[in-house]
Amino acid sequence: MAQQSPGSSLTSLAVIAVVIAVIAGAFAYTGGWLSSDRLSGAKLVQALTPPTGPALGHRRNHAKGICFTGQFDANSNGTALSKAEVFAAGQYPVIGRFNFSTPDPNASDATSRVRGLGLQISTPDGAVWRSAMIDPPFFPVATPDAFYALLQASSSKEPDAMKNFAAAHPEIAAFGAWAGSAPWTPSYAGDTFNGLNAFLLVDSSGATHAVRWSLKPQAELKGMSGEEFAKLGPDHLAAEITARVAAAPQRWNMVVTVADPSDPTADPSKAWPADRKSVEVGTLTVDKIQPEADGPCRDINFDPTILPDGIMVSDDPFPAARSAAYAKSFALRMSEEKNYPRGDAAKEDTQP
Amino acid sequence: MSQLSTRFPGGRFTGLQRLLHWLMAICIIAMLFIGVGMVSTIAPKYVSLVTTHKTLGIAILILAVLRIVVRLRSGTPPLPRDLPGPMRLAAKLSHYVLYALMIAMPLLGWGTVSAGGYPVKLLWGIQLPAIAPHSDTLFTLLHTAHVTLAFAFFALILLHIAAGLFHALVRKDGVFESMAR
Ligand code: HEM
Ligand code: HEM
Repeated sequence: MAQQSPGSSLTSLAVIAVVIAVIAGAFAYTGGWLSSDRLSGAKLVQALTPPTGPALGHRRNHAKGICFTGQFDANSNGTALSKAEVFAAGQYPVIGRFNFSTPDPNASDATSRVRGLGLQISTPDGAVWRSAMIDPPFFPVATPDAFYALLQASSSKEPDAMKNFAAAHPEIAAFGAWAGSAPWTPSYAGDTFNGLNAFLLVDSSGATHAVRWSLKPQAELKGMSGEEFAKLGPDHLAAEITARVAAAPQRWNMVVTVADPSDPTADPSKAWPADRKSVEVGTLTVDKIQPEADGPCRDINFDPTILPDGIMVSDDPFPAARSAAYAKSFALRMSEEKNYPRGDAAKEDTQP
Repeated sequence: MSQLSTRFPGGRFTGLQRLLHWLMAICIIAMLFIGVGMVSTIAPKYVSLVTTHKTLGIAILILAVLRIVVRLRSGTPPLPRDLPGPMRLAAKLSHYVLYALMIAMPLLGWGTVSAGGYPVKLLWGIQLPAIAPHSDTLFTLLHTAHVTLAFAFFALILLHIAAGLFHALVRKDGVFESMAR
């Protein structure tokens, strides 16, 4: 009855061990534990971390910011391009966040050249559209790998690190020129925010249209030099937008720019020519500002791949890379909640 | 065969049970690989892997519920009479834990996405309701449990495969065949 010599049983055990080892090895390979050069969201977040360590409980980039709420009034011009409900005429609630690029939530406003806006628009069909946009007209680098290399070069102690980086990634020169010459606006309300990444809009016939989108401010504000801006104070932007919105709602027009077939969709470091067809699809109204500690934007991940049906990722590699990095940053800051206490407003809210 | 039937009188799992077992085996192993694979990369496939992960995970939840109902109704063939007590216990316990994980893992994943304030969006535009409130503490708890139990699940599946092969190659007692044939 199932008699086996000890030798053949040993062979069988060896076969079992090999099978298990192969499966475990394949798992380790898939998980990237055998490939030290594979870039993960965790590695990007690590590269964003300053040498002094992360600001616990806060976003790992664009850490200084303030929440807003308001609405998006769609004018239906976008329905020719996309079947998403958010383009159908109507008013949809918005949660957003003004911010600027820094790993330090206490950084002085004048330390960053890149301001951002996180946006969430919800529609009655249950769909959610999230986007995070910035004010430069193009991204500093062409690929997520180059962004990682940039983070490494800029934190490197190697004296030639940045020079070598610029030689390998000449596209950064255009960004340097913009950062050096563009005027500083004294308010978020005067900034244009650009999605920069290309997405595909899907219309009701199923046809796709490659687009980028921007928010153009209705307020016209005079720009100033960096020195003048720095004199306004380290926390000027938050105080200014709070006062401005308390006095009157602030508005941006959302403009969708449609690519020509010849335009690069996979490279946000290249702006498309200015004469491309652009469609104004609606207006963002910001009517309330709330501090981040208690605000509705605090626990939102403005992951640019959270899209309604009718908007899809394109061949632009950034949204996927950003989604991976933002998820990691989000999971970290959620788990560090205790390091970022909620403020008095939250306590008041829960009082009878 | 006659030898087998004397040691192992109970025969095998029903056809439906065997179908569910192998279908789910493929799905769950795929899920574990997709899970660790997706968090290891920032490549464009990250987005489709995450969506596939959520969709297949919910499919596993549905299959697992079906499977447990079938299991309660059809039972299992008895284990060989000469199987030592500790192995018998290990078999029973590990199978209960496997069933529990088949239900718990998708619920924890679904809960993580819900508690993170994300829309629960699957392939083909399927949108599920949130099953947990938007909360940082809850998100952290569910996320940690999902990730930790994923590795426990994988370890248990390796053990399960090793045990199955042990029955097939060393004990030759018909247990492997009760599911495989
Ligand atoms: C691979 C390139 C990039 C990486 C690794 C990266 C990384 C990050 C991280 C880790 C956060 C914090 C996320 C959170 O905790 O919620 C963040 C926020 C942000 N990023 Fe990026 N980013 C990249 C590209 C971009 C691009 C191309 C844009 C704009 C077009 C952008 C705009 C923003 C904005 C506006 C925020 C703040 C969003 C908020 O208010 O929550 N980023 N980024
Ligand atoms: C049998 C079912 C499931 C299994 C075996 C499974 C397994 C895994 C594994 C192995 C990981 C990677 C953990 C890591 O290394 O960080 C993971 C992550 C994840 N799973 Fe699942 N999962 C299942 C179901 C689901 C479902 C149904 C959902 C959502 C509806 C889900 C959502 C997620 C999310 C969002 C992550 C990424 C977390 C992060 O970004 O770190 N999972 N899962």
